[in-house]
Amino acid sequence: MSFPWAKQYTPTTEFGQWMDKQLPLPRFVYNSVGAGYPAPRNLNYMWNFGSLAGLFLVIQIVTGIILAMHYAANSEIAFDSVEHIMRDVNSGWMIRYAHANGASFFFIALYMHIARGLYYGSYKAPREMLWLLGVVIYLLAMATGFLGYVLPWGQMSFWGAKVITGLFEAIPFIGKPIQELLLGGFAPDNAALNRFFSLHYLLPFVIVGVVIMHIWALHIPGSNNPTGVDIKGPQDTVPFHPYYTAKDGWTAGLALIFFTILMFFMPNALGHADNYIPANPLSTPAHIVPEWYFWPWYAILRAFTFDFLFIPAKLLGVLAMFSAILVWFFLPWLDKSPVRSGSFRPKFKVFYIILVIDVLILGYCGGAPAAEPFVMISQLAAAYYFAHFLIILPLLSRLEKPEPLPNSITESVTGKPLTTAS
Amino acid sequence: MVRIIGILIGLFFSGWLLVSFGMGAVEYVTNPPVETAEHEFHKEAKDISFTSDGPLGKFDRQQLQRGFQVYKEVCAACHSLRLVAFRNLEEIGYNEDEVKAIAANWAIQTPDIDPATGEMSSRPPLAADKFPKPFANNVAAGAANNNAIPPDLSLITKAREGGAPYVYSLLTGYQAPPANLPKANQPGPGLHYNPYFANLNLAMAPPLAAADMVSYSDGTKASIEQMAEDVSAFLIWSAEPKLEERHQAGWAVLAFLLIATILAYLSYRTIWADVKAEKKKKSSEA
Repeated sequence: MSFPWAKQYTPTTEFGQWMDKQLPLPRFVYNSVGAGYPAPRNLNYMWNFGSLAGLFLVIQIVTGIILAMHYAANSEIAFDSVEHIMRDVNSGWMIRYAHANGASFFFIALYMHIARGLYYGSYKAPREMLWLLGVVIYLLAMATGFLGYVLPWGQMSFWGAKVITGLFEAIPFIGKPIQELLLGGFAPDNAALNRFFSLHYLLPFVIVGVVIMHIWALHIPGSNNPTGVDIKGPQDTVPFHPYYTAKDGWTAGLALIFFTILMFFMPNALGHADNYIPANPLSTPAHIVPEWYFWPWYAILRAFTFDFLFIPAKLLGVLAMFSAILVWFFLPWLDKSPVRSGSFRPKFKVFYIILVIDVLILGYCGGAPAAEPFVMISQLAAAYYFAHFLIILPLLSRLEKPEPLPNSITESVTGKPLTTAS
Repeated sequence: MVRIIGILIGLFFSGWLLVSFGMGAVEYVTNPPVETAEHEFHKEAKDISFTSDGPLGKFDRQQLQRGFQVYKEVCAACHSLRLVAFRNLEEIGYNEDEVKAIAANWAIQTPDIDPATGEMSSRPPLAADKFPKPFANNVAAGAANNNAIPPDLSLITKAREGGAPYVYSLLTGYQAPPANLPKANQPGPGLHYNPYFANLNLAMAPPLAAADMVSYSDGTKASIEQMAEDVSAFLIWSAEPKLEERHQAGWAVLAFLLIATILAYLSYRTIWADVKAEKKKKSSEA
């Protein structure tokens, strides 16, 4: 970011000067996460989940690479190779439980990060591209999570793969060929497992690539902040290092404590018992449920129970499920309110809280068996979900009268007006 | 333009969901779902605790050995334990010679190839071998068991909702079907009523039918409950042999992280002190 008051990188040693001329990598680090990046001084703890997501992405990649050294992507032996990791590989159980539960923590961080962006209007100009790249990361993470859950080749792996690839079948004419292309056959089998493993190894690095672009796009306008007001002077900012490195650092420790409790003392709490049964194409589990982080979307999928004219209910559900996430791509242009932060939008605030509760309800219904009353509840909740993004937000930006904004970040924090010395 | 299209799409999805809700609600009221007998008579697993429960849990090796004895003398006739090797028994307190003896005297032989002729043959298991399966394959297992294939027990306490308490409940839960059980749910030929089993009737005959089916060498009285509890504890171990290691490592990691996090928090407070002081002035002035 090129604020005039940002500290400039000045190499002091001879080697530093030589390096700076040839490959200014230290300068790059200094300007992106060092003292050369002035960040708003008022970022609250909701701003910690971005770096936390990054931390868990690294944990996933490192543990995943080690697991891949011991795992065998063959439908005959995949299940046993996972048990080999759990029983015979030195500390293999730790690596596997870290990987399985790390996925959940990665998604917790992503969901908090997204919720932060939704409330404080981080998707609005001039940060649309930053937001769009974030949605791409989320979609890639979902694909990666789904592919990874298939690899142990347990019952839920197999039937999850069957149900999710079966969704494509609902698309008219080209659906069946697409499903067969994804699976490499008519049903999940060795071909599917192999390509899923290959893609599961590939996609995290694609995520890293998009994350780099995401951070790049962040550094053009700089971070948003809880007031949503632009940075107006040096008093509004603190250097990223040491201020936010210290803040992110101690909350990373806190998150790792929760992670430790989950992975060492209740490592299977978020899993499903059926996935400790080897895949059996002849025996369907009573309830096929995906991992918890897919539950809200799964509830939307199952909420469509009636055909609309010539469109079958299943196709409607698939369209709605994808639309529910794709709608985020249009969010910067659906919500045209010039005020970014929800703190100064009295009506938006209420609808936002309803949305959060609504998604939690959808999540609960998505994990519950597909029976009444959960289907009816998900229908109401899904109806609100679409209404929130597609009807309420566009109308609200016209109808709502926002509260007066503070003149500057400094004024909102200290109560004293910003003295513009520069 | 985006907003107009958006509102139209939103009206379609939300509207159709509300219509679906209405139709579903009418259906629900006029034709309420009947409670199934499986739902009505099914019981949750009994409340029983094991020494391995909780973050401080440890195995009771004496109990694991008793449980192994139950597995060996009762369960192993039909149920495989294919992921566990004889050498693993050293982890529950047998010494090397005892393990070798257990393997050599095992009732089922390990399939192998005759080193002289290359023909299929079998030999007594070695300590390094996994437990041999009681049936050559699923067809043989089904044929011998009224077409119900006895599941492998290696992971059973992790592979069933309810875990070890479920296994214990199932083993001790056989009873005569209640009088008001619908006819369709009465146990058919070769089936046995057990309310802890999801669909109420299972093919396995009560395996622990009477007390003292095994005689424990440590003098523990082999009641049905005792045998069920011991074998359930053994199956916790077989499903999660690294449980104790995991608990120990967890506490070590937690201690390290607590110290590191407190230090990181203190440095965060120090670094932010000047910025926070400015903020405090505001509240004292107000």
